Amino acid sequence: MKILVPVKRVIDANIRVRVKSDNTGVETANVKMAMNPFCEIAVEEALRLREAGHAEEVILVSAGPEKCQETLRAGLAMGADRGIHIAAQDNLEPLTVAKMIQAVAERESTDLVILGKQSIDDDNNQTGQMVAALMRRPLGSYISKIEKNPEGFAITREIDAGLEILQITSPAVVTTDLRLNEPRYASLPNIMKARKKPIDKLTPEDLGVDTRRRVVVLEVNEPPARQAGVLVSDAAELVDKLRNEAKVIK
Amino acid sequence: MKILVIAEHDKSALAPATQNTITAAGLVGDDVDVLVAGQDCGAVAAAVARTAGVSRVLVCDNPAYAHDITENIASLIQSIVDGYSHVMAPATTFGKALIPYTAALCDVQAVSDISEVVDGETFVRPIYAGNALATVRSTDPVKMITVRTTAFELADGESGDAEIQNVDAASATGNVSFVDQMLSSSERPELTSAKVVVSGGRGMKNGENFGMLEKLADQLGGAVGASRAAVDAGFVPNDYQVGQTGKVVAPDLYVAVGISGAIQHLAGMKDSKVIVAINNDEEAPIFQVADYGWNQDLFDAVPALQAELEK
Repeated sequence: MKILVPVKRVIDANIRVRVKSDNTGVETANVKMAMNPFCEIAVEEALRLREAGHAEEVILVSAGPEKCQETLRAGLAMGADRGIHIAAQDNLEPLTVAKMIQAVAERESTDLVILGKQSIDDDNNQTGQMVAALMRRPLGSYISKIEKNPEGFAITREIDAGLEILQITSPAVVTTDLRLNEPRYASLPNIMKARKKPIDKLTPEDLGVDTRRRVVVLEVNEPPARQAGVLVSDAAELVDKLRNEAKVIK
Repeated sequence: MKILVIAEHDKSALAPATQNTITAAGLVGDDVDVLVAGQDCGAVAAAVARTAGVSRVLVCDNPAYAHDITENIASLIQSIVDGYSHVMAPATTFGKALIPYTAALCDVQAVSDISEVVDGETFVRPIYAGNALATVRSTDPVKMITVRTTAFELADGESGDAEIQNVDAASATGNVSFVDQMLSSSERPELTSAKVVVSGGRGMKNGENFGMLEKLADQLGGAVGASRAAVDAGFVPNDYQVGQTGKVVAPDLYVAVGISGAIQHLAGMKDSKVIVAINNDEEAPIFQVADYGWNQDLFDAVPALQAELEK
């Protein structure tokens, strides 16, 4: 089995983002970037499937500017076998990226695509579902568990009401939720080794994908700020304020 | 403008999230149809027909829709989408899986988690865990949208009188089969629509201690939630998680107990009307968004609060 894991470069989860003064987006200049945390979980799960003997190769793909190669290197340092960089502009849309992933998955004849369920920048939560739809492959979204079996994969999904178990056939597309695993840290020797692992380069044209945006961002604004309130010193004061000032309890 | 709302339900009852979505649809245009796909879901169709602002209820009662298999409902939407300008569903795990899948089938770039309707093609949506609001315009001929339910009121569930029509089932996938589900059962209100939410974080130390929060929630008529840290630590199940990638809540009263207030958690609750924070760390960021902060050990504070409420 070959596994394809798309990875996205995003602003580090610990950074507090600032809206640009011209309201065209958020400030990314000189801001620490990292692999999207859900993509890290996807890489980790692919590596575990390979280590359990279910897969021979884990291929990473990332679409965007040159710097995406750093994100690919981070995944290679975790243990993935090789990378593919699709050189494109920033701010690609989920449907565009899904079409690129479809084209790469078909070229590479991959049996399983594992994606993060959402990226923490645009919070779209779309790409994995779109890849499954475009490829007409079964979708396992928001998974917290995946097991290979003769019929394909048994997956456990995190849904609003609890958990759901589905059986899906192979080849398939799955998206990771938080509880699937805890991603490993790359060791220094593996970081060194990753420098020598191959990264192929492709363009949207190679894959026949149009990168024009369908959803146009008109402006980006700060949300209304919430003011810190008052400190209370005991239960009586708190209950009094909730009853008589905020009037949210009886 | 002709809008198709996809109803979320559990075959017997309509999820309130559907009624929030119907309200959002009404802001786009006044011709709103609602698709109810399910098995033995007549009671749900009747509930939708009674909802204000609904023109027609389209019912597809078929075993293919006994469970919310994304592929099957997406094919059904694709089979009836002609003539609609918008397809809308709640931004719940149901809608978040379904709408992008359907959009890709129809070659549409979906718009996720809208919090405001500016006009029929322009919407506001939170990005970066709600630290920025993007105003976006969809140029696709059909807009496919998920709706942040807390940003829209519930549509009135009694004053409507929509006609009910049956629609034919579409092709069903043979590649996905339902095996089992483990649903949380609770007598308390549903987390995303509760008027009061009491949430616990890492500071709760273990799952047993959540019993205190359950008691407090019952005193206040509320639901119990949790931060990611508490879910990851195994204190409570995944469906308790409030935050950027979990559930978004906006109750009248949100009580954060032993929660430090990471931006990912704030993303899921900062639109609450009144926020109370109980934390023994006076530097905890949660105090910066709390209307009432109580810098106290939660194991002293929660019992004291319970006693005070009983007076």
